Amino acid sequence: MTSSTLVKSFERAKEDNRAALLTYTVGGDPDKKTSLNIFKSIADSGVDIIECGLGHGANIGDGGAIQDSTYRALSNGIKTNDIFEIIEEFKKDYETDVIIMTYQNKIMAYGEDDFLKRCIRSKVSGIICVDWPWPLNLDFAKKCKENSIVFIQLLCPTTNEDRLKSILNDAHEVVYYISMLSTTGQKLKVSSDEIKKRFNLIKKISPHKKCIIGFGITADTINDFKDTDACVVGSALCREITRSIDEELNPATNVGNMVSDLKQKLSS
Amino acid sequence: MKLEKGIPLIDQHDENGYWGGKFGGNQIAESLNYPIEELTREFEKLRNDETFIAERDYYFKNFVGAPTPFIKLENLTKHLGGAQIYCKLVSKATGGAHKAYNAVVHSLICKRLGKTFIGGDTGAGYAGKMLSMAAAKFNLKCKIFMGAKDVERQSINVFSMRSYGAEVVPVNSGSQTLVDAVSECMRWWTSENEEAHMCVGSTVGPTIFVKICAWSTAQISREMKKQVMDEFGEVPKDMKLINCVGGGSSAAGFWNEWIDYDNIELIGVEAGGPEGSSKHAAPLTNDSPIGVLHGATQYVIQDDQGEIEETESISAGLDYPGVSPLHCFLKETGRARYTSASDEEALEAFQLVSKNEGFVSPSLEPSHAFAEAIKIAPKLSKDTIIVVDSCGDSAKDSKIIAERLGYKI
Repeated sequence: MTSSTLVKSFERAKEDNRAALLTYTVGGDPDKKTSLNIFKSIADSGVDIIECGLGHGANIGDGGAIQDSTYRALSNGIKTNDIFEIIEEFKKDYETDVIIMTYQNKIMAYGEDDFLKRCIRSKVSGIICVDWPWPLNLDFAKKCKENSIVFIQLLCPTTNEDRLKSILNDAHEVVYYISMLSTTGQKLKVSSDEIKKRFNLIKKISPHKKCIIGFGITADTINDFKDTDACVVGSALCREITRSIDEELNPATNVGNMVSDLKQKLSS
Repeated sequence: MKLEKGIPLIDQHDENGYWGGKFGGNQIAESLNYPIEELTREFEKLRNDETFIAERDYYFKNFVGAPTPFIKLENLTKHLGGAQIYCKLVSKATGGAHKAYNAVVHSLICKRLGKTFIGGDTGAGYAGKMLSMAAAKFNLKCKIFMGAKDVERQSINVFSMRSYGAEVVPVNSGSQTLVDAVSECMRWWTSENEEAHMCVGSTVGPTIFVKICAWSTAQISREMKKQVMDEFGEVPKDMKLINCVGGGSSAAGFWNEWIDYDNIELIGVEAGGPEGSSKHAAPLTNDSPIGVLHGATQYVIQDDQGEIEETESISAGLDYPGVSPLHCFLKETGRARYTSASDEEALEAFQLVSKNEGFVSPSLEPSHAFAEAIKIAPKLSKDTIIVVDSCGDSAKDSKIIAERLGYKI
């Protein structure tokens, strides 16, 4: 089933003695065809898991680079179904796991059950919902579990230990640690060591849960996280898409090159 | 869904912060969970702290200028015939609107939290203006987020904010109005919450912000209750309280003390937008779908993709696609009735009230409430008392009104 394939992606990376590499780009940015090509290029460049943004205009967690991507996709008329179609098309040729990152209103507007059905059809492995915190998300998380989709709980530096334990107790196989208090794409304002300290605490409480580290990670710092479970790079890639469009270059090629570089840095 | 008697409206939510088990809540990123819990703890402590209440009352009285007048609009009553029209002239509060109450309370809380930096959102510019004013008084560094379009159309208030030393950040994303300003402000707070406090400018956002704002604006009905007793010697049997509703902070405060009086009708007037336009800012009147916006569940103007739709209103202060969970709750329980007035009706109301009353010159927001009063008053008997909350002064709208009426200023 899909959830076990997601866990396997982490395990494969571990066998390579490195953290799994996740990329975040906004689905449908700048259009369906290019977005699909970007996913393929990212997969060809060796990414372990693709995080696909189902962007929301009134988001409260995205930094400037991701907002630009979201705005571009929405202005080009990208709808939720288009994102599912991109993922479905991608999964025809690739085994790479895809998880969706979105906001609650997008799921509500689609209908929770319909959303999950469509996730299954498109072979989505997991869901991250930024503004649906624990414990409010538990009913939906349960529905995800029943459909073999991993609902990924979020943790952050100010999640106190009691809350951390409770969330981890309810969490599925994978959790996401927001490495610093910020929106996406800001400069890393805590040290890599600090982040790893928190990561180790999470692993101490739940040794078997895979923990993704995200926010503020770039090519310069990614190697610091080599011995963790997984890390995400997002805003840098979205910025690269913007730059490629502005300079009339091929975003899929450029983003692919960037991912190869990140993968190499993570493996060295 | 049921309204309880004897319990303040702001406390009628469940353990997850939902009014009626459905509206409000804390649908926020995990990074905001801690500061919201901290603020919730602090507010619950402070609202029961006599020294804090005394401090609040001191600033309300001496700086904001409480109580604001409660007056009969004799000329308008005579002109329309029918019901007797009264006005709670909240626009006489320092700064020209009710937003000062929330701004003062948030600034006091900010200090109690030991923070020296406060940020807030603004639409018409009142919330931002009052917050900058209070921040200057309480020596707080202040940052105001404002849609770029609003910066343009409310330049007088922007000037005030900058005079008080606030940094005004124009928000260029999306529709460049209040909805984007609130999103950006929440993003800012996500990054800065260890050092900074956030003030949400209306009864919207996560539950604690709805509560603090309505608790602050409740000053309006608290003082008005005394004024009503002085005027009539009793609570009138047939009284209607009309207030405009954008986010809903002014109406929540104007109605707070009267909610348990079943004989008092509460009427909220939303922005219907330009006549003939399908765009409006009236989610309650038009039964918009329920969704999540800025951390809370509410009626919100959105498309079938869950994308927030642009609203259009002559009044920047009402130009918000969502609405307070408190008003969603009051609508669903049937306690309040919601309707809308068009841009044109609001403009006509502004003219009629100003021409007849002189001392009362409502801004475009309460002009919507006056439009409803003008509509219903002639059909009612003289035993009916209508009270309109004139919650803002027209000075900030001079440019827009003059333009629409063909004057050059």
